[in-house]
Amino acid sequence: MSEFTMPSLGADMDVGKLVQWKVKVGDRVTRGQVIAAVETSKAVLDVEVFEDGVVEALYVGEGTEVDVGTPLARIGDGSGKGRPGPETPSPGTTKPATEPGETIGAHARPEKASKEDRPLPSQPVSAGSVPADNGGHAAERILASPAARRRAREAGVDLSGIRGSGPDRAVVLRDLQGTTPGRRPAPAGGGFDREQMRATIAAAMTRSKREIPHYYLATMVDLHAAEAWLADYNQHQPPEKRLLLAALFMKATAMALARYPELNGHYGEAGFAAAPQVNLGMAVHLRGGGLVAPAISDTDKLSLPELMQRFQDLVRRARGGGLRLSEITGGTATLTALGDRGVDTVYGVIYPPQVAMIGIGRARRRPLAVGDGVAVRLAVDLTLAADHRVCDGHLGALFLNEIEQRLQQPEAL
Amino acid sequence: MNRDELRKAVLEELSDVAPDIDMATFDDRASLQDEYDLDSMDLLNLAAAVHKRLGVNIPDQDYARMRCVADLLDYLQERV
Repeated sequence: MSEFTMPSLGADMDVGKLVQWKVKVGDRVTRGQVIAAVETSKAVLDVEVFEDGVVEALYVGEGTEVDVGTPLARIGDGSGKGRPGPETPSPGTTKPATEPGETIGAHARPEKASKEDRPLPSQPVSAGSVPADNGGHAAERILASPAARRRAREAGVDLSGIRGSGPDRAVVLRDLQGTTPGRRPAPAGGGFDREQMRATIAAAMTRSKREIPHYYLATMVDLHAAEAWLADYNQHQPPEKRLLLAALFMKATAMALARYPELNGHYGEAGFAAAPQVNLGMAVHLRGGGLVAPAISDTDKLSLPELMQRFQDLVRRARGGGLRLSEITGGTATLTALGDRGVDTVYGVIYPPQVAMIGIGRARRRPLAVGDGVAVRLAVDLTLAADHRVCDGHLGALFLNEIEQRLQQPEAL
Repeated sequence: MNRDELRKAVLEELSDVAPDIDMATFDDRASLQDEYDLDSMDLLNLAAAVHKRLGVNIPDQDYARMRCVADLLDYLQERV
């Protein structure tokens, strides 16, 4: 049994709007099922539940904007018993829900609820079997959303002096702003709002360059073997089944990430935590401007045709709408390929909280030393931007070398 | 299928691949890659759509013939 909370699209998302429930109270749900659509600053995304169970209560109505970490629904075994209360969201309900170390309701001085408080923005849609209150429990704590805590910490504000307007009188972001957030225009077309996306990218990249000591490495990779293998493979395939070089880059990179876990994971408040699986994000350029980096889970375990199909599907949904939140937040490292746009080399900016960005430039023919002579061969600049807090250039070099070696044996990818 | 019909079909598929392109002012001679910002996956998707709709399988080595829509139409006319 757990609370399903407003997930975070990234470190810079503070609030999200519950746009649509795709389940109702009493529905049985299974792990991975999309149960809600959430509008974030970047897009409207489908959100999955990460456990099996029964929807026991929906706390938040459609159209409601709440802070990241706010409980949205209760998923249980159907009995409705043992509700822990929304101040203890389970980190397992969404992934990754909040920044490490931030949960609603750390112990602090008591705060009295006032009658002048604004009405709760998130009354249960169906009261179901929700207990009326968690009694004296709440009176001993200051409830606050992760976003509010972060903002308060940054601003040096004592939360005990703030009157909360969230569920169970929790202090939420708007209590610190003095204004209600969320006069955003609805996202356009494929679910993306250009202006907000720019702002989101700006915030993430500013944080990246401010907090992450990047180091950069580059090497040139001979693609002779990869090109020959690919031409042979594609020759026997109709266009819809063909592979792009990008699929080979992705697979080789994912396999190398599995071998070098220091480059695959998230850096949170408690430091770096390597990820147990490789979910390689792909920087997808959105036609008309903007960028999104959805991830493919277990990238290193997919066959090339599977990977290519997932990649095509991901790009289609990135551009046309329908990305899942887990795809946006689940990346453990990201690959960016600007080769099509005609640049030889791309030095990435790490997408926090990740710690590595791998760059692929333009594959083009160059004179290379082969044996005792010079040959004209297809080659590409492969780069790495990595977090120096987690590893050093020596490891980064080994990692790039691993990718290069794997690209020399495309049949083994 | 005459050239006009072929062009109409190709532009329909193209606007599926790249919905932001304004087909009313489309320039058949402009480079799909440089002018209309199609990347390698877009071109592959266009080739797949053409294959499905017109039954013409454009092999990888003939992608150069997809530089612009006029070139593509020349190519397709020989094969449809």
